[in-house]
This record gives sequence, C-alpha cells and structure tokens, in this order.
Amino acid sequence: MKDIHIKFRIGKSIFFQAFAILLSVSCVIPLVAILLYILDAGFKTIRTNGFQFLTNLPKPVGEAGGGIANALLGSIIIITVASVVAIPFGILCGIYLSENRKSRWAYWSRLCVDILQGVPSIVIGIVAYFWLVKPFGGFSAFSGSMALAIMMLPIVIRSTEETLKLLPDSLREAAYALGMPFHRVILKVIVPCGISGILSGVMLSVARIAGETAPLLFTAFGNPYVSMRLDKPMQSMPLLIFNYATSPYNDWHDLAWGASLVLLVWVLLLNILTKIIARRWKVQF
Amino acid sequence: METPSGNKGNRLKRSQRHIKFESFFRRLLSVVGLSMIVLVIGIMITLVVQSIPSLKASGAGYLWGKTWDPVADVYGAYPFLLGTLLTSFLALLISIPFSFGVAVVLGEYYPKGWLPDLLKNTVELIAAVPSVIYGFWGLAVLVPMVRTIEVKLGYEPIGMGIFSSSLILAVMVIPYAATLGRSLIQMVPSMLKEAAYSLGATRWEVVKSVIFPYTRSGLFAGVLLSLGRALGETMAVTMVIGNTSLIPKNIFSPGNTMASVIANEFTEADHPVYLSALIELGLVLFLVTVVINMAGKKLISGFTNE
Repeated sequence: MKDIHIKFRIGKSIFFQAFAILLSVSCVIPLVAILLYILDAGFKTIRTNGFQFLTNLPKPVGEAGGGIANALLGSIIIITVASVVAIPFGILCGIYLSENRKSRWAYWSRLCVDILQGVPSIVIGIVAYFWLVKPFGGFSAFSGSMALAIMMLPIVIRSTEETLKLLPDSLREAAYALGMPFHRVILKVIVPCGISGILSGVMLSVARIAGETAPLLFTAFGNPYVSMRLDKPMQSMPLLIFNYATSPYNDWHDLAWGASLVLLVWVLLLNILTKIIARRWKVQF
Repeated sequence: METPSGNKGNRLKRSQRHIKFESFFRRLLSVVGLSMIVLVIGIMITLVVQSIPSLKASGAGYLWGKTWDPVADVYGAYPFLLGTLLTSFLALLISIPFSFGVAVVLGEYYPKGWLPDLLKNTVELIAAVPSVIYGFWGLAVLVPMVRTIEVKLGYEPIGMGIFSSSLILAVMVIPYAATLGRSLIQMVPSMLKEAAYSLGATRWEVVKSVIFPYTRSGLFAGVLLSLGRALGETMAVTMVIGNTSLIPKNIFSPGNTMASVIANEFTEADHPVYLSALIELGLVLFLVTVVINMAGKKLISGFTNE
C-alpha cells in the first residue's frame, strides 16, 4: 500500500517534469514557425525581384521589380539620428544614477526611467506629435527619430547603471587616490571597465527601435520616395511592412515579406551580436 | 614625478582647469539625470492638456460610454476598454503556463548546460522580433487558422478578432514573465529545497510547495510586466484585431483595443474633440501601464531585498 503511494508520487513528479519541459519547448515553436515562414516568403520575393530589391524604389501595383531602397535608407537615417541623441544622453544619465545611488533626486530620476520604460510606444508617438510635428507644421523624419530616441533612453540608462553599479569601489578609490579628477575617473576608469555592458545595452536599444512602428505612425509618417531631408516625411522598414501588409495587393505583400526578412535578419543579428559582446568582453572582478 | 613638461605654473593651471571641468561634469550629469524627470512630467502634462477638450465634452461618462461614433461626435471608450482587457487577459491566460514552464525548467530542473542555454536565448529572442512582423505573420498564417476553427465551432468565420490578437500577444509576452521567473527561481535558497528533499519530498513537491510559494510575489510581478506589455502593444494587435468600434460579442468577434484605435484613427481625426478623445485614450493607457509597471517593480524590489 505504502509502496504504491510512493510510486504514485514519483510518477507524478516525473509527469510534471515532462510536462514543464513540453511546455517550455513548445514556446519555441511559434518563433521557429515565424522564422521559417519569413525566410521562405522573403527569399521568394528576393528570387523574383532579384537583389535590386534592396536598391529599387517601390513600384506601383502591377509592375514587377519593386524594391525597398527608400525604407532601408530611411530606417538607417532615422535610427542614426536617434542614436546620436539617445546614446550619449543615456550613458551620461546612467553614470549619474550609478554615481548618486542614495540621493533623493536620483531616486526620482530612476523612478522616471522606470516609468518611461513601461510607456506604450504609441503614447510616445502621440507626445512626439505634439512636441515636434504640430509646432513645426508637418510630419518629419526628425520627430520620428526623437520619438525613437525617447524609447532608447531607458534601455541605455538602465544597462549603463546596472553595469557600473557592479564595478567594485576599490577601482574608483584607487583612481581618486592617484589624484585623478572626477570626470577622468569616470571617463578613463569607470566607463572603460564597464564598456561591454554599456555597449550591449546600446545595441539592444538599437535592435529594439529598429522594429518599432507605432511611434513613427504620426511622426515620420512614411514616404514612397527616397528622401534624405530630416524635416520631411521619411519611409522606414517597419512602416513599409505595416502599410504594405495591410494593403489588399499581392505585389505589395511580397515586398513586405522581403522587407520583413531584411528587418528580421537585421534585428536578430544585433541581438545575437549583443550576447556575444556581453560574453566576450565581460570584465570580471 | 610629473609629465616632462610639468613646471610648477603649468601644473597649477592644469589642475585648476581640471577642477573647473570637474564641477562642470558633475553639473552636466545632474542636469541629464534630472531631465528624465522633466521628460516624464512633460509627457504626462502634454497628454492631460491635450485631452482637456474631450474631458470637457464627454466628462466622466467617457469611460463607460458604449458608442464611439466620430461622425455624430459621440465618444465612449467602453468598447476599447473591453477589447483591451479581453485581449490582454486572454493572452496572459494562454501565456502563463508556458512562461512558468520555461521559468521552472531553466530555473530549477536544468539550470546549466548548452541545451537550456539555447532555450533561454531562444525565448529571449521572442521578445526581439518586431511586433509588426508578428502582426504580418498573424495576418498571413494565424488568421486563416483561426477562421477554420471558427467554422468548426459555428461562429462567423472572420478570422480577425479578439482571439487572434490574444494568440499573437500570448506569444509576444512569454519572455517577460519567463526570464524574470527563471532568475527568481534560481534565487530560492538551496537550504529550503534540501530541507524539503530530506523530508522525502519528490521533485514536483519541492517545486509546488517550496519554490512556487517562495517566489510567488516575484512570479506575480512577472505576470504584471507581461500584462503591461500586452496592454500597450499596438502594431501586432492593430493588424489582426479587425478594427471595429462595436462592442465585441464573444472572443471571436472583431474589436479594437485602446492602442489600436489610436494607431488607426489618429491621423484621420479631423476635428479637435475627436483628436482629443483619442489622446484621452492614450492618457488612460499611460496611467494604467504606469500603475501596473510600478506595482510590478515594487514587488520585484521587495523580493530581491529580502
């Protein structure tokens, strides 16, 4: 009788272990399904349109050989501008938070970063519309960049802060003991020691905004032509995918699949690169 | 001792320059840090100010007004509130078993090894895929699948709707609860687990009566973070929910969430009250996600400080 009971409990334990493994492995299925589907559909587009796909402009419905050059270029410009603003700002803010762990202002600042991290991207879009689109009389790539910069900030700030917090105080104290001024201690000792963590945060944030659509809807807005001007609407990859995917035309769907493939490869490579950097350059204490 | 060029006057000048730059740098850091507070308060003020016309026009009835008809200038957010809550909670319901499964497997059963590492990285990649790609895939693959299910169950075969968006959302939010749960489960003191084992508990009994109770608040925080994500998710939902302002009748009917209405109608809003009503939706969304995220963070920090 007792024996059976124990066997039942062991059986139950094994059952739940197997069940947990089954559940966790099945999480991977949708990701794999999406990857395979987009690889398949994307390569089909590239096969039919050739590699000019990357350098051509979108053609009107019915004409063969359209491309995504405007979106690719637009995405690169928008992301670059966003990064130029958000990365230095974010790193400085991260330094501030890690240097002032106990001050009241830093507490509020940290709280605000947390809040910012949770704000839905569409709300950022609305705010950017009222700050940068309406006062300047029209959709612009610059307003899109700023919306994305706001989305990048919390990721850069938190990863900088978390990295720098882990550095031992002795490092800082040794530098001070040599008579280094504060800014050189930070810039020549603290930041270089935490560079891998900071860099991986930066890359994660770039990967995150590369696929962000919602904040661009009311800011960069989209543009069927190649545009280099920051004060005019500009196309970007996620916007192109959204507009073409929800259109009723098959040609445009094909273009969107091709663009999805390019975007997905771009984002996943950034993510994987981040992991490698974080592992390779990790400074251990 | 100093650099070769260092006679006394030079050195003095240099250290004065350093001191000046030092205080400048400190001030710069403070300004940057405090500007985050300004940014968040600015966001809040902008949202509130811009929703004033709608607040004046609809008052408190805005939240439970059942019709949203821009042509007649009637704005009630109830259909979208309902749509948001339905999709988010359905998505949570679907995703929780999976994310807890991942958390237990990676945190307790197999914390080390290359295969669990692979699983961990793959689950984290789920969060990296852009939401517009989830939406497109959902539109092309998931919606037809849901349509066949609807035909079998005898519902109207639309495909797009609450259920499809919940499925997509469920996939998208798995990593948030899973990665947090995993790190918390790894923090359970091994003394507690060993004590349970020494009393003759099986592995599952340890998971059920030591690990889960110990990490309960943390796991709940993970669910809250997932919920925060699901509430604010825009693009994927917009693409598969069907976009109608009618109140959803069942979980298969098309609807709209707060975020998807904003995405769809913001650039079309042609008079001030309409635009303002949309911004008020944004304000509600902002406040709700802030509260949920703060609650989650509070739970986590309470857990890690113990």
